[in-house]
Amino acid sequence: MTDEAPMAAPTETPTAKKKHLVLWVPLAFAVIFFGFFAYALYFGTDSPQQRAIESQMVGEQVPEMDLDPAVPGRPGLRTADLATGEPKLLNVFASWCVPCITEAPQLMQLQNAGVTIEAIAIRDRPQDVYGFLQRWGDPFNRIGADPNSQAQLALGSSGVPETFVIDGNGVIVHQHIGEIRPENVPEILNALENAR
Amino acid sequence: MKRLIAPVLIALLAAMPLHAQSRMPAAQWANQQLPDPAQEAEAKELMESLRCLVCQGQSIADSDAEMASDMRALVRERIAAGENPDDIRDWLIQRYGRWITYNPPLDTVTWPLWFLPLILIGAGVWLARGRFRRRKES
Amino acid sequence: MIAETGLAALWLAAALCALQLLFGIAVLRGNSDELSSAVRPVAVVQGLLTGISFLMLIWLFLRTDLSVELVALNSHSAKPWLYKFAGTWGNHEGSMLLWVAILAVAGGLVALFERRLNERTLIATLAAQAAIGLGFYAFLLFASNPFARLSPAAAEGQGLNPLLQDPGLAFHPPTLYLGYVGMSVAFSFAVGALVTRDVGAAFARAMRPWVLGSWIFLTLGITAGSYWAYYELGWGGWWFWDPVENASLMPWLAATALLHSVTVLATRDSLRAWTVMLAVVAFSMSMVGTFLVRSGILTSVHAFAVDPQRGTFILALLVLYIGGALALYGLRVGTVREGSQFEPVSREGALVANNLLFTAILGVVLIGTLYPLIVEAVTGEQLSVGPPYFNSTAGPLALLLVVVMAAGPLMRWRKDDWKKVVNRISLPILIASLVLAILMLAVSPIGILPTLGLTLAAGVGAASLAPLWGRKLRRTPLFTWGMVIAHLGVSVCMAGMAFESSFSEEVLVASRPGETHQVGPYTITFLGTEPVAGPNWTAIEARLSVNGDPEDLLRPQSRMFSSPPTETNEAAIRTAWNGQLYTVIGNGDGSGRWQLRLWWKPFVTWIWLGGVMIAFGGLLSLVGRVRRERRTAQREAYA
Repeated sequence: MTDEAPMAAPTETPTAKKKHLVLWVPLAFAVIFFGFFAYALYFGTDSPQQRAIESQMVGEQVPEMDLDPAVPGRPGLRTADLATGEPKLLNVFASWCVPCITEAPQLMQLQNAGVTIEAIAIRDRPQDVYGFLQRWGDPFNRIGADPNSQAQLALGSSGVPETFVIDGNGVIVHQHIGEIRPENVPEILNALENAR
Repeated sequence: MKRLIAPVLIALLAAMPLHAQSRMPAAQWANQQLPDPAQEAEAKELMESLRCLVCQGQSIADSDAEMASDMRALVRERIAAGENPDDIRDWLIQRYGRWITYNPPLDTVTWPLWFLPLILIGAGVWLARGRFRRRKES
Repeated sequence: MIAETGLAALWLAAALCALQLLFGIAVLRGNSDELSSAVRPVAVVQGLLTGISFLMLIWLFLRTDLSVELVALNSHSAKPWLYKFAGTWGNHEGSMLLWVAILAVAGGLVALFERRLNERTLIATLAAQAAIGLGFYAFLLFASNPFARLSPAAAEGQGLNPLLQDPGLAFHPPTLYLGYVGMSVAFSFAVGALVTRDVGAAFARAMRPWVLGSWIFLTLGITAGSYWAYYELGWGGWWFWDPVENASLMPWLAATALLHSVTVLATRDSLRAWTVMLAVVAFSMSMVGTFLVRSGILTSVHAFAVDPQRGTFILALLVLYIGGALALYGLRVGTVREGSQFEPVSREGALVANNLLFTAILGVVLIGTLYPLIVEAVTGEQLSVGPPYFNSTAGPLALLLVVVMAAGPLMRWRKDDWKKVVNRISLPILIASLVLAILMLAVSPIGILPTLGLTLAAGVGAASLAPLWGRKLRRTPLFTWGMVIAHLGVSVCMAGMAFESSFSEEVLVASRPGETHQVGPYTITFLGTEPVAGPNWTAIEARLSVNGDPEDLLRPQSRMFSSPPTETNEAAIRTAWNGQLYTVIGNGDGSGRWQLRLWWKPFVTWIWLGGVMIAFGGLLSLVGRVRRERRTAQREAYA
């Protein structure tokens, strides 16, 4: 068989030289990909555990909303209520949300420190919200009902609980995703202070 | 030697981890088609291209999550109100960034992606043509 | 003793693997020719030993030997035997051993049966195979020993999760592994041929059965995976362009391109450098796919237990093997002589177009899948790339590809004439035009892609049969039959996709018992729901009567599993000759109404039927090629 003879190396020509560079392109691409893989493996955030979808509304005016009261005897929430000249917190919570229970003491602590906390109850029934506040404490000023998450979507919030820091003009200045743990309290207070 | 207990391949396909669920029924338009088939088709196309916020890589059209239901309701309500699908998408991008759409809008960051087929075909044809020409010379 | 035997066999095999590599290098450096006769036996014995080692592990699982840690953690004495058996590879260590066993057995088979390849190239190939093997042996023996003992033995195993007891789960991984490891053999052949600068027709003929074989398994794996997702996810979708799906598609795309270029190389001794490149790329994609799936760097709906540490290991192997092979490519391929020549309009030309389009689709899928990661690394922005992108980029490329597929097999090698080619496919063109006219005139408008899809499916279906026209069918070689059936499978698959995406009917309702819904040709009456319970789940089951017959029931379920707490939808599917009725029950609203999702999907089964036909065509081709190879080898032996 003729094709079993080892191929003789052709003489070097200018075209062959140029071709040689092209031949290294696959390796170059592979190295770039390896770099991205390593980056993703050690610094990436697409894994579900690490990922948090941040609201792009930080820096924007609170969107237009007019929410009915979530519990009887407590006012609902309108956009105008969030632009009163004073910075405040807007807490997105739900009675069926377990981490919301975890953050309840921290919210109480913030309220005791003189912070006004407005709230939006996501997909909740009045009796459930009432029971939740009875059991885990009630740090809230106004509570608006958001039965179909429409206000939550307007805020760019992707879960419960989330807490937004709103300045006196009704501009969102900070978003805290997930429950507020004791170690997060100073950071929230700081954001409120900066919003002044 | 204590290795991980988890099997390598727990492809719990479709087995959605149970999120805490509310007791509220789904919104009307979450799981019901719009009466106008043309509007429903528009809504469906949009829903299939929006990423569910709380799922593992599913569109809101393919998810049982409550948040996905509420997003479907939002899409259908707005389409029914005569809003343009692109405007609804933009409204969501304004809130969640481009992570929300499976159909990345064309701009300075995404043009390599969108022109990729042309780039690849172009490069391929260039490589192949080089071969043809060289052979004719020889 | 079984475990110790398995471990000993594994250690011995690893030692032989190292020997195989060392002998190979010594022979290739030319200073010990007497060793060259030792490489083949070493490879065979290595294959035997890992085979034994894996059989030992199966044995341990079948008898549920709870003194072995792996068995205690992953099995249970009350499991049905089939799942004990499949449990062998349903865990990290076992799956690694399976991987190594397939790799080593494949190497042994190459050593036993490959007779026509240049001996030095074969030795280089076996050395490359040993180099791949060594990395996995090292990982297995030093970091994931499957035979570790547990003292004292466990009283009972921990692996009785019925969620995992699914025939699909049991046989999906080995199928894909066979595909991946087959690609590793092609890769080794390519490396071997590069080392000895022996890239030619003999190399292509030696590599081809391995490419074909692993491609068959990849095709089956993807087809089964798609049906499984369709069945399990409960929304009627059969392909989601999800990262895990893309990870399985990428090696297939590369393998399909390789399959075609290897034919050019074997038949015409052309496309040498390119074929070598594709062999490297195909195995790279298998490794990249494994990496993406196992490392968890991308979010997928098909949840895997991921472990970044294993990600690191796979990445290291990736860098070593792929980087090494590509560096060798850069160094050596410039010295590989160009093969035979051909005109652009020729069978070779069509196969080059095929390769170009497959590679472009591969590039689109690869970059599209990784783009979010790239953007995040560069700009920090999170973005998503999904079905709309892939459909609108890979879709048109795929349509172009099937046009090439229709014409290619009817073109002559070396040189052909456009007009004659068009002549040869005039009947398919006529059929396609007819379908297009019907779609335009008679049917309510559907999208551009589905219209083109159906048109081309009809034309390509006819064209794929064209190589048989005017032939004596019984004397047509088996591999020609294989090509015809595989290409016909592509058109069947494409027709299924187009039908499904354009003529499906969807009914989403909140239904009260007694209500009736019309979907496609069926009338569905919702009779009510009842609770049912399984071994570790409870479910709400709907009773849907089909066409008013109270005895003819569909029973979709919404299942709640207790540990781990998960919810699944069990769709109830009715298959007819012309499509499937797909029914799902959702949540109740508390006032007696239940969400029902009903779909009529015309000809959706053709998607998977096409996939199976493609794989079957591959099988015929493989048998035909191997038989002809053998006959030629015998003739050469007599001559």
